[in-house]
Amino acid sequence: MDTNILFIFILSIFVGFEVISKVPSMLHTPLMSGTNAIHGIILFGGILVLTDASGPLAQALGFVAVVFGSANVFGGFMVTDRMLQMFKKKKSP
Amino acid sequence: MSPAVSLIFIGVAALFIIGIKFLSSPKTARIGNLVAAAGMIVAFLALHKVDGTSVWMHGWSVNYTLIAAGIVIGLVVGAAGAYSVKMTAMPQMVALFNGLGGGAAALVASLEFARDSRSYEVVAGFVTVPMLFATLIGSLSFSGSIIAYLKLQGKFEKPMTFTGQNFLNGLILLVILGLAGWLIVNASAAGAATAFIVMFALALFFGIAMVMPIGGADMPVVISLLNSFTGLAVAADGFAINNTAMIVAGTLVGSSGTLLTLLMCKAMNRPVTNVLFGAFGSSGGTKAAANGVAGTVKPVQADEAALLLAYAQRVVVVPGYGMAVAQAQHQVRELTDELGKRGVEVQFAIHPVAGRMPGHMNVLLAEANVPYDQLIEMEQINPSMDRVDVCLVIGANDVVNPAAREEKSSPIYGMPIIEADRCKSTIVMKRSMAAGFAGIENHLFYKDNTRMLFGDAKASLQQLIAAVKEN
Repeated sequence: MDTNILFIFILSIFVGFEVISKVPSMLHTPLMSGTNAIHGIILFGGILVLTDASGPLAQALGFVAVVFGSANVFGGFMVTDRMLQMFKKKKSP
Repeated sequence: MSPAVSLIFIGVAALFIIGIKFLSSPKTARIGNLVAAAGMIVAFLALHKVDGTSVWMHGWSVNYTLIAAGIVIGLVVGAAGAYSVKMTAMPQMVALFNGLGGGAAALVASLEFARDSRSYEVVAGFVTVPMLFATLIGSLSFSGSIIAYLKLQGKFEKPMTFTGQNFLNGLILLVILGLAGWLIVNASAAGAATAFIVMFALALFFGIAMVMPIGGADMPVVISLLNSFTGLAVAADGFAINNTAMIVAGTLVGSSGTLLTLLMCKAMNRPVTNVLFGAFGSSGGTKAAANGVAGTVKPVQADEAALLLAYAQRVVVVPGYGMAVAQAQHQVRELTDELGKRGVEVQFAIHPVAGRMPGHMNVLLAEANVPYDQLIEMEQINPSMDRVDVCLVIGANDVVNPAAREEKSSPIYGMPIIEADRCKSTIVMKRSMAAGFAGIENHLFYKDNTRMLFGDAKASLQQLIAAVKEN
């Protein structure tokens, strides 16, 4: 196995910890929602397996994976954006 | 992977990291989300197969039609969910999207496993292990998230427990791990497909069994945990199909989600094991109720409460889940605007776990256009609570319960609270005297300087607004 991949994996763990440790609690829900959208990258996993799928069962399951992944990624980013557009600076009274 | 594709994926990883980083400040959060989405688009265009060829350079086939149709259906479903959901129901929407991601991760791993076990005599362990991991974690995240969604929708909110439950769950887990262990070595054996299906089904069941005993109040922790699970499943899929972008994105979500889960538990002063295996609330309730509480409850009418508010100098509002249920955030803003016009200094005290998710209150109040510099976090506002004239508690209960400070036997003893009991006077808006999610009595309601304003938060607030305007 390519050890570079393990290297990337370990570094990503630390980056994930570092980046989030500075988030104020008021942004935790949008953050959870935003990271939820990022793991929607599984859509691409679905696309990759479906391109190579042969037989109706594999095609059906791959299709479901693509639908799920697509809903995860699009819905995730949209719902996060909807939450965040409400964080506005105080308007002058 | 060609050098160009490698470079593109470094860029994608950077966009995800910058996106999460920007999400950590209110000023840049919205841009951060868009930056992460941009990373997703770049990764989509650069999508390549394991052999290094671009996915988009192959001839069109039925499978590509299926992909296009699947993406469009997902887009429509996702957009419909995202734009139709009420702000109060946001947590369960996140749970649902997370569950779909987990399901996709499990399916991707399953299909890869099926293909490899058919194509090769011996499948290397470093390929099967991540596949089995992604299948297990993804499917339990899928079924667990659905249960969390249903619980937040008000279906079987109460924890479901029976004797020997943890034992049974442990047993199921052992069987799952045993099957997985056997499959690592025998991926191409005759019974492999059956073993795999049994393992998949048990993992789905385990997700349900894991979340059912946990009460509705702890769902935020569960969703956060399942979110990080899905991230890890996606990372494992990345290992299995050799996709660096998936490894980076999944791992980032996995580690940040784990930390967020721990932060949430810390705010409730409970170890994460207690949330997951404790079946809190069912046992704690009887214990505290037996203690009894001294003092009497003093109800107050809206017009009297309005007088207290209108002639105060400093008012602090403590919102809780009751405000979310009553959809009262707009009325809250109207009231505080009205008080602000009269020169009353109004602030909001936000407990880290008020509502159903950390930041839930902030999102709701932001929807009602409450400026976020009026929202003060618990640690900042507590030292000055004894200089507050009126503390208005709207649908919050456990997060203002002084038992957390005073009573060692209380199940919430030691949990940081907003110290509403130290204010000169307190008005608690509540539907009834029912206990909060922790199932324990709130001593605050019995204090001498506390008045209870019973009724639906929205209706009561409308009365308050009218009464303040008259004065």
